[in-house]
Amino acid sequence: MGAARVGVVTFPGTLDDQDAARAVRHAGGEAVPLWHADHDLRGVDAVFLPGGFSYGDYLRCGAISRFAPLMEELIPAARAGLPVLGTCNGFQILCEAHLLPGALTRNQGLHYVCRDQRVRVENATTAWTADYAPGQELLLPVKHGEGRYVADAATIAALESGGQVVFRYLGANPNGSINDIAGISNEAGNVVGLMPHPEHAVEELTGAPSVDGRGFFTSILKRFVNL
Amino acid sequence: MARVIVDVMLKPEILDPQGQAIARALPRLGFSGVTEVRQGKRFEVELDGPADEAALADVRKMAETLLANTVIEDYAVRVEP
Repeated sequence: MGAARVGVVTFPGTLDDQDAARAVRHAGGEAVPLWHADHDLRGVDAVFLPGGFSYGDYLRCGAISRFAPLMEELIPAARAGLPVLGTCNGFQILCEAHLLPGALTRNQGLHYVCRDQRVRVENATTAWTADYAPGQELLLPVKHGEGRYVADAATIAALESGGQVVFRYLGANPNGSINDIAGISNEAGNVVGLMPHPEHAVEELTGAPSVDGRGFFTSILKRFVNL
Repeated sequence: MARVIVDVMLKPEILDPQGQAIARALPRLGFSGVTEVRQGKRFEVELDGPADEAALADVRKMAETLLANTVIEDYAVRVEP
């Protein structure tokens, strides 16, 4: 059988799509470019929503991207089980699209934070984290100004008790997110969003702090080998 | 022709670090007596017809769908006299 085909979405203002596609190829998958203005998921097995400033972050981060033609296809497909990963701006888009609960707001310290961040894998059973060990610590780049995850108390309690908190910051919290939440999943575990950037941590050559991001891509590729 | 104003504010329980920074700057500028500042957004929506109940219902739908993220924000719709 052929390699799993992972769609990488480009909106106007997306920055990390080339790194995301490279990370998919590095893990042995086929990266399929998806264009925001198309009503076509091109039959992909999974979708990566990369970071950047889609639509200039106008109104709110992800607020306009959510209504892109491609999203009209992606939202029902994700609800039906298509694995979707959103990092940084991709996470913001998933929250605006209500594929994930809660929202991402201005960093508590108001500063844009760009640094290497330790995070802990809290749930190693999702479509995108199955190749990690539970409790495994990763070192991944973060780079964002609006990454403070918030949700109402009932939603936070449900996320915590349901194992939907997938990643938590270790050490200093870069943005003041509730319960040090760095990433979450939907109830089914096929949709995952996080602020850190695994696609920037797959090769030593690029100055990455680690190659800890590889597990996201090997997780999703193994899933399709095993099907 | 009518102008409808939509005010969007973070919900009271959501931290507003921008408002806090503004509040901290005011005493340095010589303004006293301010206990809190919260920052929001104001949208001016120009209609090509009257701001009747149907038009206002439409604007409320706009606010609900796009102008506000009701997970973290409240909105208020009013007609500018």
